[in-house]
Amino acid sequence: MSIADRVVVRLRVNGEDMAVMVPPYKTLLEVLREDLGLTGTKHGCELGECSTCGVLVDGRPFLSCLAMPLDLEGREITTVEGMASGRESHPLQVAFAELGAAQCGYCTPAMLLTAKALLDRDPHPSRQAIKEALAGVLCRCTGYLKIFEAVELAAARADR
Amino acid sequence: MAELTEAFSIVGKPLTKPDAFAKVSGQTKFADDLALPRMLYGRILRSPHPHARILHVDTARARALAGVHAVLVGEDLPVKFGILPVSQDEEALARERVRYVGDPIAAVAATDEWIADEALDLIEVQFQELPHVMSIEQAIAADGEPIHGSSNVHKAVALEFGDTEEAMRTAEHVREDVVFFEGNTHLPMEQHAAVAQYAADGKLTLWTSSQTPHYVHRALGKVLELPMSRIRVVATPNGGGFGGKSDIFSHELVAAKLAIVTGRPVKITLTREEVFYAHRGRHPVLMKVRTGFLKDGRIKAMQFQSFLDGGGYGSYGVASTYYTGALQATTYAIPRYRFEGVRLFTNKPPCGPKRGHGTPQPRFALETHFDKVAEELGLDPVELRLRNLPSPDSKTVNWLRITSCGLEECIIKVVAGSRFLDRRTSMPPGRGLGFAVSSYLSGAGTAIYWNDMPHSEVQLKLDRNGGVALLCGAIDIGQGSDHILAAIVAEVLGVGLEDIQLTTADTDLTPIDLGSYSSRVTFMAGNAAKTAAEKVRDRLLEAAAQTLHCDPDELVARDRRIFRRSRPADGLSFAQAVQRAEAEAGLVIATGSYTPPKLTGPYKGSGVGPSPAYSYSAAVVEVDCDEKTGEVTVPEVWVAHDIGRAINPMLVIGQVEGSVYMALGEALMEEQTFRLGLHKFPSLLEYKSPTALEAPVMHTYLVETIDREGPFGAKEAGQGPLLPVIPAVANAVYNALGVRIDEIPITPDKVLKALNDKTKRVGPKAVPTFQFPPVIKSDVPDEWKGK
Repeated sequence: MSIADRVVVRLRVNGEDMAVMVPPYKTLLEVLREDLGLTGTKHGCELGECSTCGVLVDGRPFLSCLAMPLDLEGREITTVEGMASGRESHPLQVAFAELGAAQCGYCTPAMLLTAKALLDRDPHPSRQAIKEALAGVLCRCTGYLKIFEAVELAAARADR
Repeated sequence: MAELTEAFSIVGKPLTKPDAFAKVSGQTKFADDLALPRMLYGRILRSPHPHARILHVDTARARALAGVHAVLVGEDLPVKFGILPVSQDEEALARERVRYVGDPIAAVAATDEWIADEALDLIEVQFQELPHVMSIEQAIAADGEPIHGSSNVHKAVALEFGDTEEAMRTAEHVREDVVFFEGNTHLPMEQHAAVAQYAADGKLTLWTSSQTPHYVHRALGKVLELPMSRIRVVATPNGGGFGGKSDIFSHELVAAKLAIVTGRPVKITLTREEVFYAHRGRHPVLMKVRTGFLKDGRIKAMQFQSFLDGGGYGSYGVASTYYTGALQATTYAIPRYRFEGVRLFTNKPPCGPKRGHGTPQPRFALETHFDKVAEELGLDPVELRLRNLPSPDSKTVNWLRITSCGLEECIIKVVAGSRFLDRRTSMPPGRGLGFAVSSYLSGAGTAIYWNDMPHSEVQLKLDRNGGVALLCGAIDIGQGSDHILAAIVAEVLGVGLEDIQLTTADTDLTPIDLGSYSSRVTFMAGNAAKTAAEKVRDRLLEAAAQTLHCDPDELVARDRRIFRRSRPADGLSFAQAVQRAEAEAGLVIATGSYTPPKLTGPYKGSGVGPSPAYSYSAAVVEVDCDEKTGEVTVPEVWVAHDIGRAINPMLVIGQVEGSVYMALGEALMEEQTFRLGLHKFPSLLEYKSPTALEAPVMHTYLVETIDREGPFGAKEAGQGPLLPVIPAVANAVYNALGVRIDEIPITPDKVLKALNDKTKRVGPKAVPTFQFPPVIKSDVPDEWKGK
């Protein structure tokens, strides 16, 4: 593929409009990491099997390894870099840090964003609802319990 | 200087670890997150055959492709390597023969990964296929050309401590069992990645997701034939390791060579499929255990045989082989013991260390065996364990020194918490409870390559504002080693965690730590950190004492101050104390080193097994079995772990919970199996691992035995708690359904098969005939003589 075959992709990521020239077959995952420098989004398989690459598109969990950026023009993309408000970490980020819910930290960005999508639609999820919401995101370190507890802590704190 | 007698300010508290916010914000830089100007992308061509001779490799068309900057073949990296000095049998790119599907053959560096992939397709390799060997039995039968040398036997050992046959004759009850543990893999979420840069000054730097940067450093020097002083290895935070990143990998050597050849940075990130081929995971092991007991349940003697399916190369296999026989006697008081083990080459990805390295398999064998024996003797399974507890401050029959031992308390905790004894005989249909125990190393007592130098070293440098630079070769793989180092130093110096600036795992900057393997970092690097911190604290107390006109013994370092214990208002700030000390004698630095005591026994092969301290664990697992589908689920787990002392209980519980999770995956679903020489499912979708939906309720109990040699009394947490869970699942399935699944994983098909079989058992019937080498006979330690 020559340089001439590249296309302009316009994306709205974390509230900012961005434009890059990339080969049209590049996935959202690759554009985020390689062209926009947003390496907070990780990859575990690049086949849509592990959800490590999860981001939010219009607030819903989305596998960036299977998404084509050209399809997402005009949509609101959120990555882990966009979770904090300025210097203020998102309550989920604080709870994950405080409870040791991030061990190696590699699945953490996708886990946080998936949990955020859950809390945004259900501020008081049951343990079962949390399990179901996070079931697609694989974690090999924690055994998931501290992740559930962190989501519950963030939910509880939002009430105060 | 007297030890602080006050309660700790950091040790023992569930504090947020120093790298937590970097991780939750996505700021942590893993290896694949690195990008350098002009960076090229490397890809590796791998064997499609399980066993073949390479007749010819033609790279001309690949080299001619626009965007390709270099192509390497085996001849470009001819020096063999291997993690153990005795097993230098790997090539970065195979020259004459490939030994498993996935064995590297050639490599390309190109301007992007698509071009690199296209170039791989243009490399033409002519193979002569050879018969392949895919099981222990086939490897022993050895019809075709051996995979290495003159036989498929990689390592065979036979050790005996006292006369086991004689002791068996005095036993009142002897039982023999044969069981099998299928192989499985680590499956870290981060695929291995490495970035290499060869600078204009002739200096090579490799950033790599490695648990063992020091060993990678040594291998790079050897294979690239460069002085190690011109090589810098930086281990990036590992996105999960579990043992899977503790070997030396082809892609690390190849990235480095490609960077040298092209003069440009080169990155190689493995695909998920390649991670399954890189492997070095759990060995499939076939085992036979024979134990003689007295009627009251006390062990008289044990004979243990293990057959390891090693895969295509040596890797850690010699150590793995010994580990399948080493820790039987740290868990139980065994007066006479014989171990025979053999590791065989097969045409599969090489096996190596996965969490528990060589010990989960024998632990499964022993704990299910004991469950059966207890029933035959009319004892409950708990009582049988209690009658065979190892003693603190003792030597095992195979000369392993035990310091602290909290096994009894672990047993009491889980049995009480689960009401095991009351409930196990009255479970509802399909429900069952299982129990098992274990022990594990707090670091291997000997290094991988023979040397008498320290295993861990730490350097501290204090700045005038009270900041503490901490340098150590240890790498955080998610287990929290950064926190442990910072917490220990902050505790001793009386400063906050946020005052510690960590630099880790950079061979240019940090002193040696052998790596994040064998559960060694808290114990060994922790001890080195404590020693360094105590030296620097003593200097500060001396300087402060002069200013305060008192004896240093009267002073305490706490809350960023150094003050008189009897009159806390009388003191200096920590920064002022640093300034006083620096004014007096220059830069305030200190080093600490930890060398484990010499613990090897008086026999050949005693180098594997010794550890300065052993952790202990016990578990009760509840299962819910569906007799119609054969499906086993785990609603609840109770696990107790003798941690010595929890430097950070939250992180310890995290390690325990993660161990339980990984154990349940291995017990019920994870397996690395092959068909026609091919990996059946090298993908995250089909290699089944537990999701959030399978997470059980877990009750974790930490038992503190304050080990006399651990830093603040600490022992390991990362691996030991996995061990009892797998056999506890098997024992629970028996309790629920009355069937014995003597083969891991316990999948629904096996459960159904056992339910429909009149023996109510699924598992191997016998071990193959194999001539073990003449047994090396060792005397028993004095305390076992006459027993």
